[in-house]
Amino acid sequence: MLKNKSFVKRTRKGNVVRTVKEHYLRDDINCGLSSCTHAVCKEQATKPLSSAPRDSTQWGPHYLVPDTNAFVNQIDVFERPIISDVVVLSTVLDELRGLSMATYNRVRAIVRDSDRRWFVFSNEHHRDTFVDRLAGESPNDRNDRAIRAAARWLAGHLQPAGITPVLVTNDEDNLRKARADGIACCRMDECLGVYCEHPELLDMMGSVSVDELEKWEGYAEHLSAVQMQAGLKSSLLLQATLQIAPYNYLEGSVYTKFPDGKERRVLIIGRRDMNRAVQGDRVAVQIHPRALWRKAPSAALVDEDEDAVPDISKKDPAAPAVPEPSADATQAGDGHVQKRARLSAADGDSAATAPAGFVHPSDVTDDRDEGEPTGFVVGIVKRNWRSYCAFLDPHFAPKGARASNAPATVSVLAMDRRIPKIRIRTRQLSVLAGQRFVVAIDAWPRDSRYPQGHFVRALGDAGDKATETEVLLLEHDVPFQPFTKNVRADLPAEGAGWRFDAERDQVGCGKRQDLRHLDVCSIDPPGCTDIDDALHAFALPNGNFQVGVHIADVTNFVKPGTAMDSEAAYRSTTVYLVDRRIDMLPELLGTNLCSLMSKVDRLAFSCIWELDPEANIVSVRFHKSVIHSKASLTYEQAQTRHDDPQMDDPVTRGIRTLNMLAKKLRRRRTEAGALTLSSPEVRFRLENDSQDPVDVEMKALKETNALVEEFMLLANISVARKIHEHFPDSAILRRHPEPPAQNFDNLQQALKPLGIALETGSSLALAQSLDRAVLPDDPYFNNLLRILTTRCMMQAQYFCSGTCTPEDFRHYGLATEIYTHFTSPIRRYADVMVHRCLHAAIDRDADYGSVLTDKTKMAEQCEVLNHRHRMAQQAGRASVELYTNLFFKGKTVEEPGYVTQVLQNGFGVLIPSYGIEGVVYTTEKGAAAKPAAAASAAAALEYVKETHTLESPAGGPSIGLFQRVRVVLQVDDKPVSANVSSMRRKLMLRLVEPQIDGVSVPPAELQALRAAAEESRRGKLSDDKIVELVTEHPEQVKTI
Amino acid sequence: MSRQELLSPEGLRVDGRRPNELRRISCRASVLSSADGSSYYEQGNTKVLVAVYGPREPRQRNPALATEQAQINVEFNVAPFSTSERRRRSKGDKRLLEVAAFVRQTFEGAVQRSVYQRSQIDIYIHLLQNDGGTLEACVNAATLALVDAGISMVDYVCACTAGFVEETPVLDLCGVEEAAVETPDLTVAIMPRNGSIALLQMESRLHVSKLDDVMDLAIEGCKHIHTKLDNAVLAAANDLAEKLSH
Repeated sequence: MLKNKSFVKRTRKGNVVRTVKEHYLRDDINCGLSSCTHAVCKEQATKPLSSAPRDSTQWGPHYLVPDTNAFVNQIDVFERPIISDVVVLSTVLDELRGLSMATYNRVRAIVRDSDRRWFVFSNEHHRDTFVDRLAGESPNDRNDRAIRAAARWLAGHLQPAGITPVLVTNDEDNLRKARADGIACCRMDECLGVYCEHPELLDMMGSVSVDELEKWEGYAEHLSAVQMQAGLKSSLLLQATLQIAPYNYLEGSVYTKFPDGKERRVLIIGRRDMNRAVQGDRVAVQIHPRALWRKAPSAALVDEDEDAVPDISKKDPAAPAVPEPSADATQAGDGHVQKRARLSAADGDSAATAPAGFVHPSDVTDDRDEGEPTGFVVGIVKRNWRSYCAFLDPHFAPKGARASNAPATVSVLAMDRRIPKIRIRTRQLSVLAGQRFVVAIDAWPRDSRYPQGHFVRALGDAGDKATETEVLLLEHDVPFQPFTKNVRADLPAEGAGWRFDAERDQVGCGKRQDLRHLDVCSIDPPGCTDIDDALHAFALPNGNFQVGVHIADVTNFVKPGTAMDSEAAYRSTTVYLVDRRIDMLPELLGTNLCSLMSKVDRLAFSCIWELDPEANIVSVRFHKSVIHSKASLTYEQAQTRHDDPQMDDPVTRGIRTLNMLAKKLRRRRTEAGALTLSSPEVRFRLENDSQDPVDVEMKALKETNALVEEFMLLANISVARKIHEHFPDSAILRRHPEPPAQNFDNLQQALKPLGIALETGSSLALAQSLDRAVLPDDPYFNNLLRILTTRCMMQAQYFCSGTCTPEDFRHYGLATEIYTHFTSPIRRYADVMVHRCLHAAIDRDADYGSVLTDKTKMAEQCEVLNHRHRMAQQAGRASVELYTNLFFKGKTVEEPGYVTQVLQNGFGVLIPSYGIEGVVYTTEKGAAAKPAAAASAAAALEYVKETHTLESPAGGPSIGLFQRVRVVLQVDDKPVSANVSSMRRKLMLRLVEPQIDGVSVPPAELQALRAAAEESRRGKLSDDKIVELVTEHPEQVKTI
Repeated sequence: MSRQELLSPEGLRVDGRRPNELRRISCRASVLSSADGSSYYEQGNTKVLVAVYGPREPRQRNPALATEQAQINVEFNVAPFSTSERRRRSKGDKRLLEVAAFVRQTFEGAVQRSVYQRSQIDIYIHLLQNDGGTLEACVNAATLALVDAGISMVDYVCACTAGFVEETPVLDLCGVEEAAVETPDLTVAIMPRNGSIALLQMESRLHVSKLDDVMDLAIEGCKHIHTKLDNAVLAAANDLAEKLSH
């Protein structure tokens, strides 16, 4: 079966070399048709293609054979289950890998799904379909030819079965040649025409040319890949990922390493300078001349894009619509456009002849007087487009009555404000109004102001809880589909009937210790079903204590290399929303087999210390175990047991011992400089059936919370030491870098008038100065300060120990030299990896998968973990926000709050009683809505950089950090499709005290609002479902 | 950038082979008339030329070397043009010495050294083109050349590599597969008659539980190579017989 026909392939790399590769062409590759009678095809196992595929008048029964671009542009269409019986050529897959890994993975996912009946035909390895590249033929032409050759072979091969393979391509040249060769072929739209019962497929087609109505000169041309390479190589250009400011979609920035080795930020302001780059794209950037650098304060601009998003088409194209730009920056951004010298191909690689139009990156210094460098995008290295949740731009009013299914071109706004408007063509305009749907960007041609995209699928009505939840999951890239068949197949065959078995679970051979005699208990929040951890403690005869932390042995069920493992690695974390939980592992494991429930035998990974009475570690050992938890307690129950002198059972005694030791551990940690930080957290009491939030309450902590936390920290630290010792290169650890001092600048400024100074030199100094920062007349102040300090911190992150020097391992917040996550393997994949590491460290024969020792793969997985972790946190917060909005829907409440953030044209206010934060805008831009306010808006408050406050020029009251204000909370109740703001459903805050003209609610309106508030309160009293609001101060919540 | 797909889900490797397939092997004995024994061996694009001199009087009159058993010297050279980027290697290159040492140790066990007292056998190996599997090619070619030189051996020594890609054991890694950092690369040499292992060498890491599968595959490969070598020896013998009969 081995064809000994080898040949020579030549590829050219950077410096021209000749690579010789062997290529064995085969004659045993099958066609994929399930009933093929051909001798070769009969033997092969994979043959998913149906013998009775879709029939059409034009081709009869047929298979689709799409080319590469068909997949790149139309992958959304292909993902629809209706499209089955598709032959994917290996030429196409190879090209896809090069073009877009994301699309490649999506195609692969469809192929894996056997119900879809897709087949990969390895034409590149087939003797009859392989084509050699001809002299002077471009790789593209060669691949097109290979695709045609494969289609022709398939046509001949499938003829006896009466099936026609239809080549799908939008390339004119390819179509023409295919026709000349007598191959059935068609364009994408023709091929979708066959699915006449699914008209929405045509909507989903990408790259439909959307006509731009008005004329304008367009964006600057992007540099070619070669020019870009030359520019980057000579460090004339900088390569970086574009980040758009969350508050202002017209202010972008890139962080990048300059030739002098320092990381700096380059601002990219205005649509023109961004030059068709979208959030997350990898771009090549050139720096503007110094005269155009931004000298204005770099405090965040707020963009209240809401109703003020101007319809650009009515404006002068040379002045990109910045609603309220920082004056000098944007003027600069516009004025210079025409005279800007462009990087031409000729001087692309000679740094010496840099024209006056830009600054060479190596000349950039940290001199603050020069302002912040600004730059412009000259080319895109790699696009980072994904699908976006979006809604119709309400400004787009369908003109007159039109046939409901006539195609129309509309702009849609993405939920993610950092994404520009997207133009799509749709036939279902009337259906989409007021709905959320998914769109994808196809292209952004030079002469189009906005990117062009296509409709992917509808999600449902805006404002609907289910729809909005799906939107926030999609927007935060949370995989929330149910677990696939393959994943479920990896669950234990016994299902929920799984029982501990001494033989199978290796107790007999000493690999697992039987600890069922110990008085283990678990302490968790009420309603917790995924119990990760359990504890025990007792006094030893020598006066010391034995303390054990038992963690669910997830890796006993999740073996490396299984589908379940890769799914868990992909999900990386369980995501907690207000009303639901998106599990990392199937429920059977998470809430049953792994969960350390009481009164059943469960497998665990135990970490057992001997601690002396001062809670110093005498010894520590780790081993797999089987435990039998005596009780699963809530924090409250544990607290009650601890406090009740009547109780004297072993479990209670254990809790008392643990508590005593935990206090000592905590004291020592605090002395070492562990920070106690705070963040406002809200919990909702939901009405059971409708799941509408009835009440908002703050999460409260008990002493027993601290107890559990203390021992989890101890376990994590002990494990981190152990795995780092055994795998110095590839251990997964978690670090928290020290925040740079300038992060505290604004906070220090605001604290100065209060006579308080934060010492940021070390975490110990910071912790102590935080403890001292108390205002006698304001008990909440200290907590507020901790919340604001938290925001100055860096993000903690997972990393692979081989990629960092040991000095960088430090966890600043916890004040420990080394740290990892070990204690929650049910809900975090990092812990699963750590479990495997630790198991391999204590047991030579452990099966841990090859990834564990591969530094690069570990580093890659860490990136995924960090991304997912961040996204999960944001999704959780977004869910709280969604519920907050639902809670306040139709209510008007007046509350005291604190200023937590001062911005150019607004300020952030935290309302302690709800733990909600929102922005009060000082400049009203909805001129139509509030004409009176708009007139005086511009002059009402001005940002003063020196004091980091908003001053009113007339000498009235000013706004600064920590200031106490009163605000009115509202969620407007307008129909969702009325305007952009109601589509985004933002909580609206309006200032009541202090009274500032043009910013605060005018007194007359205030009266009306107060009446409304009274109304809603009365309404609330009559409503017996609503429980008293819990308004106690949030206890200090630690963020690790 | 995306990593190269070494084994497609369709079960085909980069060069179109299935996991359990060897590359094309062609070999010939007696290619150099000046040497006592010689061979030319191709496995895919890995090409090796071996010359054997001996047994002969030891060159250095070192009493320590004048032992009861024959000394085996192995010199391994890599042609500068053997890879796509031409690079000259010094004689002291540790990698070259390592390969030479492996080959020497392998044949110290296979050659009946006590037959040739106070003598030495020199094996010169030249790698002309490298596309992965250097060590296996060297061992196989040296076997052929030793047989050609008429040196008494216990048995043929047949070597083969196997690796582990995408959770699948794969036979006979080519250059591209070998270059991927994470591919474990196991070279096994056996003496087919009694199946004893003459050489076992591995690069990168592989979990113990997978070792058996990979070993089994490599040994299968060795057996296949044995028939190839056997045929080459037979062909050389026929050649000789033909020459003598004239």
